Amino acid sequence: MSGPDCAKINDFVIKIATVNGTGSASANMLLMKAIFRSGIPVMGKNYFPSNIQGLPTWYEIRVTERGYVARSGRVDIMVAMNAETYSRDMREVAPGGYLVYDSTWPRPALLKREDITTIGVPLAKLCNENFNGVRTRILMKNICYAGVLVALLDLDLQHLRDLLAATYAKKPQLVASNMKAIELGYECAKATYSCPLPVRVEKMSKTEGYIMIDGNTAAALGCVFAGATVAAWYPITPSTSLMDAFKAFCDRSRTDADGRKNFAFIQAEDELAAIGMVIGASWNGARSFTATSGPGISLMNEFLGLAYYAEVPAVVFDIQRVGPSTGMPTRTQQGDIMACAYASHGDTRQVCLYPANAEECFHMAVQAFDLAERLQTPVLVLSDLDIGMNDWMCREFKWDDAYRPDRGKMLDKEQVEKLEKFYRFLDKDGDGITYRTLPGVTPKAAYFTRGSGHTQYGLYTEDSADYQLVLDRLLVKWATAKKLVPHAIIDAAAHSDMAIVSVGSCDGAIHEAMDLLRAQDIGLDYMRVRGFPFGEDVERFLAAHGVIFVVEQNRDAQLRALLTLETQVDKAKLQSLLHYDGLPISSSFIVEGVLAHLQRGTKSRSASAI
Amino acid sequence: MTFIAKPKIAHPSLPRNPLGMTRRDYEGALSTLCAGCGHDSITAAIVEACWGLAIEPQNLVKLSGIGCSSKTTAYFVSGAHGFNSVHGRMPSIAMGANAANRNLYYIGVSGDGDTLSIGLGQFCHAIRRNLNMLYIIENNGVYGLTKGQFSASADVGSKAKKGETNFQPPIDPVLLALTLGATFVARSFSGDKEQLVPLIQAGLKHKGFALIDVLSPCVTFNDHEGSTKSYAYTREHYEPATHTDFVPMQREITAEYAPGEALPVVMHDGSRIVLRKLDADYDPTNRAACAAIIQERLKEEEYLTGLLYLGAGQPEFHELNGTPEAALNAVSYENLSPGAAGMQKILARYR
Repeated sequence: MSGPDCAKINDFVIKIATVNGTGSASANMLLMKAIFRSGIPVMGKNYFPSNIQGLPTWYEIRVTERGYVARSGRVDIMVAMNAETYSRDMREVAPGGYLVYDSTWPRPALLKREDITTIGVPLAKLCNENFNGVRTRILMKNICYAGVLVALLDLDLQHLRDLLAATYAKKPQLVASNMKAIELGYECAKATYSCPLPVRVEKMSKTEGYIMIDGNTAAALGCVFAGATVAAWYPITPSTSLMDAFKAFCDRSRTDADGRKNFAFIQAEDELAAIGMVIGASWNGARSFTATSGPGISLMNEFLGLAYYAEVPAVVFDIQRVGPSTGMPTRTQQGDIMACAYASHGDTRQVCLYPANAEECFHMAVQAFDLAERLQTPVLVLSDLDIGMNDWMCREFKWDDAYRPDRGKMLDKEQVEKLEKFYRFLDKDGDGITYRTLPGVTPKAAYFTRGSGHTQYGLYTEDSADYQLVLDRLLVKWATAKKLVPHAIIDAAAHSDMAIVSVGSCDGAIHEAMDLLRAQDIGLDYMRVRGFPFGEDVERFLAAHGVIFVVEQNRDAQLRALLTLETQVDKAKLQSLLHYDGLPISSSFIVEGVLAHLQRGTKSRSASAI
Repeated sequence: MTFIAKPKIAHPSLPRNPLGMTRRDYEGALSTLCAGCGHDSITAAIVEACWGLAIEPQNLVKLSGIGCSSKTTAYFVSGAHGFNSVHGRMPSIAMGANAANRNLYYIGVSGDGDTLSIGLGQFCHAIRRNLNMLYIIENNGVYGLTKGQFSASADVGSKAKKGETNFQPPIDPVLLALTLGATFVARSFSGDKEQLVPLIQAGLKHKGFALIDVLSPCVTFNDHEGSTKSYAYTREHYEPATHTDFVPMQREITAEYAPGEALPVVMHDGSRIVLRKLDADYDPTNRAACAAIIQERLKEEEYLTGLLYLGAGQPEFHELNGTPEAALNAVSYENLSPGAAGMQKILARYR
């Protein structure tokens, strides 16, 4: 099957099927980083089970010279290491593609395809002959396939040596054994097959100034740079790695010479306690945050309402996963858009930020703390499993040393002493944001925080007019928030009446889909909302387009619902394209959705012409 | 009616503490609880204790959940910040606030419903973390604001105002705290201010989690015959096991205590608690023995009171976390951010 016709240089997909808990993650990371260090844009997505060991898991590496960051929906090379899923993995390979398998054991004759090339390498046999111990042999077998791919794809072995040396800097014996496994696979493939394949890499220089990082690590880094000091959380997939990363960064960079830690890291007993701690710490002047996922957001609702009404800053990262209920904890979705926007009972609306990739996770994390303190209200950052746990190629984060946290309207002792009297909830500036003080300053700064009805002077009330005055002032603050949240990213270059409106991690697939549609002479404008409440820019874009495809990853069209509730948009203009199977949305899904709509439109127009 | 301000007129002859403040300076808004409510006596004891310790009002943080008891944080020390949070979740607010600034006094006021039902989990975990705070339970065995349902501290056989009998065994916060490793466990009675004031003072000075379970009769819904949390019943069935004197560090100890009878305990700031055993069999430093005797006496329908257990040497949250002596909320931003240079080093790992 191979030949110049099938050549695919720097534009193909490798999918690796393994068993959870067998060390394949390190092998996959090595491969991806080696491609990245060859200067070629690459994307990695992990489809893993909610399990510690034994269930099937897949890793998809997309080599993409154009720098696309979404799934393509096809597989050019399948590394089928898991006998249990072998037949299904084989079916997935695109015609003309390749299947690499462990030929130590024969595969049933039934499982053959004439339209793909099968490459057998006796991985287990090689490892059994060269390594001792059951566990080592299993782990090395997976490192071994990385060596096979290095040969088949024409990757540079030196990149792997460097990567292993960096990974195992403190355990040099592991560098040697891993490198041996890689070389075993490499030599065997070289000796048996004509390497490289027509599907292969060629060095480029498109990754300079870029890094590969997952969104959770990026968000954690944002929290460190924002100056967050109190982190409270309850473990939940897929948010846990955000907290792990924060702690790891702080252990390295926030520990004094005498071992004192300039941060508090508290594993709470549940999500209710986690958000309570964040509210308590923020109220007392520390920058504080928690990270959670859908079930945690549900539990935090009562406290989020308190923080809204009592006007206490708080930063919450919601790394969305598949719902409802426990759902599929290791699969991705954008199912918490509504739950976060209106978290808690009563007239409550929450400020939300919607990052689309790891880079935005970093910057929006910093911004979330500034907004929470400026607006004195919770800020929810809605990431998802795809952004949070997959590695994204993104521009290196630039940090400006001139940055200082925006603590908002916080009065110090001197400022309070100058006042005749301090009133916590009195709107002096007309922007709906009032002044706050911290405990421990002066008795004159004292006020009482409560979730029960209160007057603008901070006193308990059951008086209708006094209550309503505060509630209405919160609407003024909401209007101020519209101007402060990140604006939408708008691409109106197509000058089309048709547009895509979307949010978060759909972005990569949309950019690719727009290229594909443009190739078919279908031009679309595009707006990605990045903050709630929606600003004037969102309102204008919606008004300016006649057909709007709302692309999102949930069943109930939550972004569309929020747009219809919170803007003036005519509902009929909004066509939903909904992807919610738990895997990240692909460009082909969007292309097909748009084309299907256009065909329906053509048909109905020709029908009415008749 | 808390929006009616109390007149702040101090008679020149009123006694002043070392800060020059009178007891009136430690009061708060006017209570809206029922006349005769035990909780108001506890509020008065807190005022007395804070005045006696000469705590600067701004250095006290008042925290509570929801319920009659939780309302009382508005009724003392108006110069302190207060946080009346959500039902049963005060410990998490206290934890966060304390994490942000370890150098203030944290006093939490809760009830038996707030602590032992909806908030049982957070109560237990605050003890496990040895959160440095004084936690007062104003325990009346009944839900007052919702008009008289049993709480989790209601005794078996106790009768509700409407005649219903409770059959579920109570959760005793004192026994629970002992089991969970609390280092300061006390019980008192709202009607015994002499006992309560030094306990509050000692609890505020104690490093780590200090619990005072205060039996505090509900005059409206749980003060009838057949109730085991009425004034009459409590007076008859409470039995001081220890006597606590609190000696602030400013004052010299003048009284002499015979050895064996008194146990002076020096607190971290140099102040002392002097414990005197009133019950010959009772050893307030032996956790297991304390729990056994308290339980035994409860079976005989007798509440042992006083500082029932005092342990030492357990690190509190910040000592375990390794935070600096200065408050986290006061660490300058320069010491928190790795800066642009630090960013370059960090990013090297992701290339």
